[in-house]
Amino acid sequence: MSETALWLLVLLPAVVGGGLALSRLERAAAAVSLATAVTTAALSVVVALERPRVSVPFMAGSDLALGVDALSALVAPTVAVVSLLVLVFSAGEIRESQARFHGLMLLFASAALLTATAETLPALLFAWEVMGATSFALIGFWWREDHRVSAGLTAFVTTRTADVGLYVAAGAALAGGAGLALGDLPAGSEGWRHVVAAGVLVAALGKAAQLPFSFWLSRAMEGPSPVSALLHSAAMVAMGGYLLLRTEPLLASTGWAAPAAAWVGALTALLLGAVAVAQQDLKQLLAASTSAQLGFVVMGAGLASVSGGAAHLVAHASTKALLFLAAGAWLTALGTKQLAGLRGVARRWRLVGWAATAGALSLAGAAPLALWATKDAVLAAALAESPWLYAVGLAAAALSAAYAGKILVILWRQLPEREHAEVEAHLDEEEPGTRHVGLLEQAPLVALALGAVVLGVLALPPFGDTLARALGEEPLHPTPLEIAASVVIALGVLALVWWRPVPVPEPGWALAWLGLERATQALVVRPTLALAEALARFDDRILDRGVAGSAAAALDLARRAATFDDRVLDGAVEATSRASLRAAEGAARDDDRWFDGAVEAVAGWLRGLGTLARRPQTGQLHQYYIQAVAVLAIGVLLLVTVR
Amino acid sequence: MLSLIVFLPLAAALALLALPRLGDAAARWTWVAVAAADLALVVAAWLRYETPTAGRLAFEEQAEWIPGVNSSYHLGVDGLSLPLIAMTAVIFLACAIFALRETDRPRLQAALFLFLQSVSMGLFVAADLILFFVFFDLSIVGMYFVIAGWGHGNAARSAMKFFLYTFLGSLALLVGFIGLYIAADPHTFDMVELAEQTPLAGSSLAGGLVLAAILIGLAVKTPTVPFHTWLPPAHTDAPAIGSAVLAGVLLKMGTYGFVRIAMPMLPEAWRDWAWVIIVVGIFSVVYGALVALAQTNFKRMVAYTSVNHMGYIVLAVGAAGLVADDTAQARSVAVTGAVTQMVSHGLITGALFLLAGVLQDRAATYDMDSYGGLAGPAPRFAAFFAVGAFASLGLPGLSGFIAEFQIFTGSIAAAPVTAVALVGILLTAALFLRALQRIFTGETRGRSVGFTDLRAAEVWSVGPLLVLSLLIGVFPRPLLAVIEPAAEVVVELVGR
Repeated sequence: MSETALWLLVLLPAVVGGGLALSRLERAAAAVSLATAVTTAALSVVVALERPRVSVPFMAGSDLALGVDALSALVAPTVAVVSLLVLVFSAGEIRESQARFHGLMLLFASAALLTATAETLPALLFAWEVMGATSFALIGFWWREDHRVSAGLTAFVTTRTADVGLYVAAGAALAGGAGLALGDLPAGSEGWRHVVAAGVLVAALGKAAQLPFSFWLSRAMEGPSPVSALLHSAAMVAMGGYLLLRTEPLLASTGWAAPAAAWVGALTALLLGAVAVAQQDLKQLLAASTSAQLGFVVMGAGLASVSGGAAHLVAHASTKALLFLAAGAWLTALGTKQLAGLRGVARRWRLVGWAATAGALSLAGAAPLALWATKDAVLAAALAESPWLYAVGLAAAALSAAYAGKILVILWRQLPEREHAEVEAHLDEEEPGTRHVGLLEQAPLVALALGAVVLGVLALPPFGDTLARALGEEPLHPTPLEIAASVVIALGVLALVWWRPVPVPEPGWALAWLGLERATQALVVRPTLALAEALARFDDRILDRGVAGSAAAALDLARRAATFDDRVLDGAVEATSRASLRAAEGAARDDDRWFDGAVEAVAGWLRGLGTLARRPQTGQLHQYYIQAVAVLAIGVLLLVTVR
Repeated sequence: MLSLIVFLPLAAALALLALPRLGDAAARWTWVAVAAADLALVVAAWLRYETPTAGRLAFEEQAEWIPGVNSSYHLGVDGLSLPLIAMTAVIFLACAIFALRETDRPRLQAALFLFLQSVSMGLFVAADLILFFVFFDLSIVGMYFVIAGWGHGNAARSAMKFFLYTFLGSLALLVGFIGLYIAADPHTFDMVELAEQTPLAGSSLAGGLVLAAILIGLAVKTPTVPFHTWLPPAHTDAPAIGSAVLAGVLLKMGTYGFVRIAMPMLPEAWRDWAWVIIVVGIFSVVYGALVALAQTNFKRMVAYTSVNHMGYIVLAVGAAGLVADDTAQARSVAVTGAVTQMVSHGLITGALFLLAGVLQDRAATYDMDSYGGLAGPAPRFAAFFAVGAFASLGLPGLSGFIAEFQIFTGSIAAAPVTAVALVGILLTAALFLRALQRIFTGETRGRSVGFTDLRAAEVWSVGPLLVLSLLIGVFPRPLLAVIEPAAEVVVELVGR
């Protein structure tokens, strides 16, 4: 029973989504999609409680195995519930091509659910890449606008570049002898295990938009807001962090991969935090903060604090989905996502405003909201490992308070009369706004805001301790001093941003997302395209012309042979025939005289000819073939020359 | 059973030629019916198929043919050839359906394709080198007429180039076959016996030379870099169904030769030269993908991706030659992936070339920049195209992933350096998405204006190919269960 539920959890959204995406059921699309999402969410709860495992034989001696353990029991329902809430929002927000939209979103969710429950590398990679491809289709959803499709292309190709790590990991796991099950990876032979860990690490960092891959996330903002909400919170990006949590024993077993993950996470949290502070566009700000927040999850995985990382992942999912949906609601209503155009917006739609405020406060790490508790759990693990790591983490936490504060200032700060015109100039700059936020858009925000407030319990006793023990860890609590430090930093920075309206620093390097995309363009994309062009020219001009040249040489040779054939051989034949004619005339004369002798001579000549004719008939097939080939070749040459 | 599968289309072709007064419509539908019947026979054979003992074949048929050189009419199938004849039957049926709208000498075209089908089926079930060679050469002749007779653009020149190039390649192959024959004791052309005997074991020079001759012959047909330059013009100027058969079926004759002839009959030489084969494979993968990336003509682009995809196969079979005790499983995974790739590439590239035919039919150009925003007027075409493109770039859920995952996993485990070829899957991803973007997205412009969406015949020919790719991608076991035992046998034979 629960096994069926697990299969259905993945298959139901996949099949319904695939069907919807290809169908034209525009009217029924939202209803079908919501019904599917509700069922999926219910199934996710069932499997989280029952913890089933299923598998079927797949390939490379490995199964397509799914299973639910303590970690996926937490993450799978998160994916399913956030997907459901985002789809409810979409039912109100997306008015065109609904069937395609809902279909792709369900496929996306299904791939995320398969990622969350996969127990073998083939199953994981299967889901992993489908997630990438659906993200391409969703980011480029409004396909009439080229820049959006380009953004999807960037997302897919960048994340696939990192995915190559999983292919390498699969090969190394097979060579290492422990098989392709995720749980068995740490048991592989010493040398290969390092390769497996490196491959998994790269793939996860790519999906989680950690350094140096983070730039694709900026471009991904071209997609519809519900896509951003799901992609940043519970699918795709979150799954990158999740993979590292899932493979934490492997990372730890190598000795270097875990610290590497911890440091990459910490640096991403720090640098992308700075990027977020510098942004002037709400969605860009939120995107950079996603990279930064996922940095804490990655840190958790690197510090063997799977419970802290998982709690942060779930709390962030709720918080970030909420903020993106709010941003989407305002974009639809006002036609802008520029911070300058959203000033005072919380006063206009109170419910949306308060929900977003809860999200922003959680993002800032304000106690006692969700991300405050979960981030401190990770930071406690960091302090146990290295004071430097802890210091970087604290600095990153201060930055998250700064960018969250920036949002709060925009939302609530009273707008002086004289600046009204300035704000209104931004309205409708991206799309014509509807000036309306509907019920379907508002309802999910309330649920998500609740999550952003209370999900901190996942990292607080008693529930946090239960979770840690279920994941096989000793619960780790921040000391009162650490708690005080984080509370003071969050509130202090918020106060600084609110009370001292000096402009928040927005340096160019941070505004441009560290210039990573430009660097990639210059160092990878353009050289590759140039190389491709050069090779294509080489192929046409040299390789192909070489072939054509030898063909021409062969033709030339054939012409010479033909001339030789005409002048010399044929001449000789003609001469011979003239000579034979003359001989024949002579013979004819002699014939009368020497009839009997002539008969004898002819018979002898014929005998000779017979012997000659027998010669090629050797019964050797290859010789027949060579003759046939010769005749064919001559035929072709004749064809060519005569033409 | 096999003789019927092989010669049923030929008999139909002769009948079509013998009945000149048959109407065009009747000829077209006869073709569809015969192709469907042949597919039904193959399905029946598949259902009755049981994996033969190692080194033997199922459904064997043997009759005296040229006793003087120990060459017999010997047919049989195993896990290497059964998937390929099934794929061949599917491709030809798809072509028959696609050609239901053909107006240019349909009776003659049907007869020619039925002839080609017999020849292709015959090649994959042949268990005698002479028989194999005859079918190999006849396929070249048949395809020459397809391109020259129904092609467009510079068809005569492309057809001639195709013919001469691949025909010369086949001569090298013949030299190799004769070398095997001479070295065998007793002399024979029988594939099963030759694989048992491994005639040139112990003489590395002669073995190397014979392998070189065979490899060159197969490399031209496959084609691998640098023997590939006949492929792009042949595809560009061939009719859609000709391209589908050329890429889907004829290219596989080369790669099939690796696993059927070169590896089992010359295991020692194969092991000696494994690194060369791997390097050629890697080179084909990367070079093919890069050159494809630079193309602006859609059909040329797909042609170069074929070089890339065939490169994966060459890479995998090369890696299978790096024999070590602890990599037997990995090598067998690589060979399984290679055979899966033959089937998968046939289905996917067949579909893509048929779709390219739609471009030619509606707007008479393959130039991608002449289109734009085509998803507007032709949403169904866009959907089919997108599925084909994602399948070709190896997206999970479609057959290309099953093939490439196994190829890479097995090859990397046997020879880590093969990971270099992973660049290929990135480049193909980029180039197919770029193609999608150029042709289908943005404002509807250029030749896209007034473009008619897919018609029924096009849907029913391309659709099944994509559905099969999807089925293999999601439920690979029925296919892999047939291929895996045969791949293990090949790996074992190479290890002797």
